[in-house]
Amino acid sequence: MALAERPRPGVQPLWIERIPAAWWALALILLTMPAWANNFILFQVMGWTFILGMIALSLMFLAGYGGMVSLIQMSVAAMAGYMMAIFGNSGMGDISMGLPWWLYLPIAIVIAAIFGTIVGALAVRTEGIYTIMITLAIAAAFFYFTRQNYTIFNGYSGFNLVVPPELFGVDWRQPMPFYYLTLGCAVICYAVVVYVSRAPFGLALQGVRDNPRRMAALGFNVTAHRIAAYTFASVIAAIGGILLVWQNAQIAPGTAGIPAVIDILVIAVVGGISRPIGPFIGALIYVLLRTFSPDVLLAFGLSGERFKLLIGLGFLAVVFFSPDGVLGLWERWKSRRDRRRDPLTGADE
Amino acid sequence: MTLVEDSSADRLGSVSSGNALELRGVTKMFGALAAISDITLTVASGERRAVLGSNGAGKTTLFNCVTGDFLPTSGTIRLFGEDVSRFPAYERIRRGLRRTYQISLLFNGLTVADNVYLACRGVSRGRFSFLRPRENDALLTRADELIEAVHLSPWRDTAVANLSYGQQRQLEIALALAGAPRIILFDEPAAGLSPTERSELVAILNGLPGHIGYIIIEHDMDVALRVAESVTMMHNGLVFKEGTPEEIENDQEVQELYLGDGHE
Ligand SMILES: Nc1ncnc2c1ncn2[C@@H]1O[C@H](COP(=O)(O)OP(=O)(O)OP(=O)(O)O)[C@@H](O)[C@H]1O
Ligand SMILES: [Mg+2]
Repeated sequence: MALAERPRPGVQPLWIERIPAAWWALALILLTMPAWANNFILFQVMGWTFILGMIALSLMFLAGYGGMVSLIQMSVAAMAGYMMAIFGNSGMGDISMGLPWWLYLPIAIVIAAIFGTIVGALAVRTEGIYTIMITLAIAAAFFYFTRQNYTIFNGYSGFNLVVPPELFGVDWRQPMPFYYLTLGCAVICYAVVVYVSRAPFGLALQGVRDNPRRMAALGFNVTAHRIAAYTFASVIAAIGGILLVWQNAQIAPGTAGIPAVIDILVIAVVGGISRPIGPFIGALIYVLLRTFSPDVLLAFGLSGERFKLLIGLGFLAVVFFSPDGVLGLWERWKSRRDRRRDPLTGADE
Repeated sequence: MTLVEDSSADRLGSVSSGNALELRGVTKMFGALAAISDITLTVASGERRAVLGSNGAGKTTLFNCVTGDFLPTSGTIRLFGEDVSRFPAYERIRRGLRRTYQISLLFNGLTVADNVYLACRGVSRGRFSFLRPRENDALLTRADELIEAVHLSPWRDTAVANLSYGQQRQLEIALALAGAPRIILFDEPAAGLSPTERSELVAILNGLPGHIGYIIIEHDMDVALRVAESVTMMHNGLVFKEGTPEEIENDQEVQELYLGDGHE
């Protein structure tokens, strides 16, 4: 996994041959899903999974590569959603400006990125628990501000009828187009994060995580690097936020309320923050629990409201058994299996 | 293979005359404790200096003040004539200063190659690049040369956490040689090395191009005298003696204070 694998003696496999079979299977399943899954699964379960996965991915980038646990990612996503509603179209004609999509989309992403960068600039001088506290405090302030401000954010009711533009004559809120739209965005964000993690920027961020003092002694401006990481993560969160608003066709303060902010943390931690796939695993588990656990609970004669308890217990169990979430469990299982197969090399690990 | 890049001619122009390092009245307080007090010290460009002194004499603190790991409580530090007293560490490093740490400070989650690549990247442009380096990237080649120079090639793709102590010490040195250093601070690079590794270290130090000066903290007189042309003795946060290795070795006071107490 070194930066540049030097050419080794012998025949180099093509990059396409190096992709493990499991990834091919996953790609096949995801691409053909509309053929065999119903609209509810496509739109509600998978669409939501990809969206929450992207927002949690932005946290994974900061926390996993940068060692910065930021609780502002959901607020950044909501900021992008709000800006889209304000600069684009919504049911609130007297606030929304009705700009064309090719203007309001970049504006929304840029403003959200600026917002995330400012929060980052405030947060990066703190460490550990203080980073969590300061980002949580700003997230709470953002929530109350959007709820009380009527001139820009339309207060309690927010914006409704915020829908995607009808590009290429497609209604992107139909289940199948929306599924492919969110899948495409998620795959791109995932690929970009994987790529950047091995580029100088991402590598240096991991250096900052491991040892900020040494990074400074190598000529890196650690503070600037951390802030830039917030900017990058904000763009990913903003894309997720825009899709989230399109999915719900509305945005309101609750979109980035404290429970939603915490949920993103839970998703990232449950999935695992050591690799970019973790947040998507966490998001799928979260969405499945939220979608189906009320039914299960009702079947046992319990109140459907208790699903939060289930999620909380699941969170506890994962954190307790594996500090690196489901990814960690998976890796442990794999190494145990390998050891059984080959005691000589396995013992080395 | 040259161990360290020759700096470009324009850079050398400003180096060849004047001093690499000038400290005037540098003091660092930790609470009420003066770890170093009123240190005045000049190191010429290309000079190789050893700093000796018993435990707690303030040698590492001196390095920390020079590199900007800590800001000194008072005093001025000039690097190649420029007052860097208030500069952050990275600005000083970009001006040609390098250092190693007494207790290895490496990136444990990354491989040897990535560690050295980061060091090379830190003193060049493109620190924020979002593009992965190409196979023939000059910095990658450079990093491989440095890894080779400290005999770590077989462990190129090994995570630092899995290296032996001696190997981590070698890697420390590779990181300090990245880019175009003009003055390097070595903090006890030989501590804990085997005799073979020690002679390799001496060979590396003596093989550095002439325009690169360094200051080396070293308890082992044997190593210190083989790699340094001048010596500074520190004691209780003060500069106690300065001179050539012979003068220091034969100095009565130094012998009583340092060599006499059975050290090494
Ligand atoms: N970060 C710090 N906080 C408080 N005191 C410190 C700190 N760093 C060093 N000191 C104190 O400053 C004094 C000088 O320490 P320093 O590490 O510079 O000594 P040294 O000469 O490098 O010793 P050694 O040979 O053991 O490495 C010591 O008394 C030490 O306890
Ligand atoms: Mg020391």
